[in-house]
Amino acid sequence: MKIHLPNGAHLRNITGFLSDIDASDTSSFELTMHPKWVFVHPAVLALTACAAALVTANGGAFSGVIPKIRSLNYPVRMGLFDYVKLPPPVEIIEHEEAGRFIPLTQIKSTDDLRKAIADLVPLLHAEKEVADPIKYVFSEMVRNVLEHSKSPVGAFVAAQYYAETKRIAIGIADAGIGILEHMRQYHDVKDSKEAITLALQPGITGTTSKIGGTEFNAGAGLFFTKSIASFSKNMFLLYSGDAAYRLMRTAENRPVKLNSVPTEDRHLFPTGLPFWPGTLVGIDINVTQGVEFSDLLNQIRGAYYLDVKRKKDFAHKIKFT
Amino acid sequence: MKTIAFLAIVGDFAEDKDVAASLREKEIRPAIAAGENVILDFAGVTLATQSFVHALISDLLRTQGETVLNNIEFKNCVPGVKGIVETVVQYSLETMGEEAEKKTSLK
Repeated sequence: MKIHLPNGAHLRNITGFLSDIDASDTSSFELTMHPKWVFVHPAVLALTACAAALVTANGGAFSGVIPKIRSLNYPVRMGLFDYVKLPPPVEIIEHEEAGRFIPLTQIKSTDDLRKAIADLVPLLHAEKEVADPIKYVFSEMVRNVLEHSKSPVGAFVAAQYYAETKRIAIGIADAGIGILEHMRQYHDVKDSKEAITLALQPGITGTTSKIGGTEFNAGAGLFFTKSIASFSKNMFLLYSGDAAYRLMRTAENRPVKLNSVPTEDRHLFPTGLPFWPGTLVGIDINVTQGVEFSDLLNQIRGAYYLDVKRKKDFAHKIKFT
Repeated sequence: MKTIAFLAIVGDFAEDKDVAASLREKEIRPAIAAGENVILDFAGVTLATQSFVHALISDLLRTQGETVLNNIEFKNCVPGVKGIVETVVQYSLETMGEEAEKKTSLK
């Protein structure tokens, strides 16, 4: 396993980081990084920690050169070196402002997830409009991992809130079977790009061929998560196998139009990337003053369109009191 | 009349779909089968995931159709929870029956 942390890797420019991953040998771990500056998205940290945990589980050896640079304060505080078995830079003595981030957390069971969610609010010291999206995305994406991925190291999550730009950045990584293998169980898909495209469509799940899912899985978690990013006019990443779907930002002055087919959204979808055996999800959410997370969830209802013949509005039949 | 008050069971964030599925099978379905109405009381719940609400009611809707809505009351839902309930009811009833079954392929 070889991972290189560049000077910058966020959802807008993450392809460079992904292109440098070498996950072909999980018996050893080599970490390199930019010699002067490292500033990366929580998704990058989540994948790196996940890869390190996989190598640890295999009893592998760690190597790498860690420069003594001030910007490593961030990955140290996020807990990266708890998983990467290399000594952190000795110069890290200053602490970042508390209440802005959720450090890397390994989640291997639903009990771990419950605890992580319970710990999240006091860790963040943030208002509801910041905590709610993180709780929601953690829950939906980690449950996906625990139920479907067969990841031997579970899920790795991390999040950051940038108060100045009012942006939440979240990363979730696993080292499981990946989306292609999962979707192949019930769907006719030939590669990771097709599997990711299907997985992002509402009502399609790897647990049944039926549109709308089963009693336990609706096939909606990824669509909702992508939609949350879209309605907040920010970005979403789904990387698995050799393909990485990236929802691009909607311009501030343009209305959001959400499509059930992800390739009809404004997106990038490189293939032929280094093969990642599991799945990486990255999401950025803008927190708008006065706009509650529930407003975003409400908007998704209008965009939730299933490819079925019957179309009738049932909302008026629901008894709300 | 049976009332299920979620705050005491799942706290203010309703996300545990295992609990939701268990409530569906052990509380809601038997009550409706016995002719009782069920109140799903979301008082104090500030956020619910789509997966939670799906596990709670989707199978009831698919197996019993829209008439089951006559027996269920959704009480004290904040706008976000209400939106999720509406979404789950809509797609569950849309996909009832065999006409929704098809083999998906992008080829």
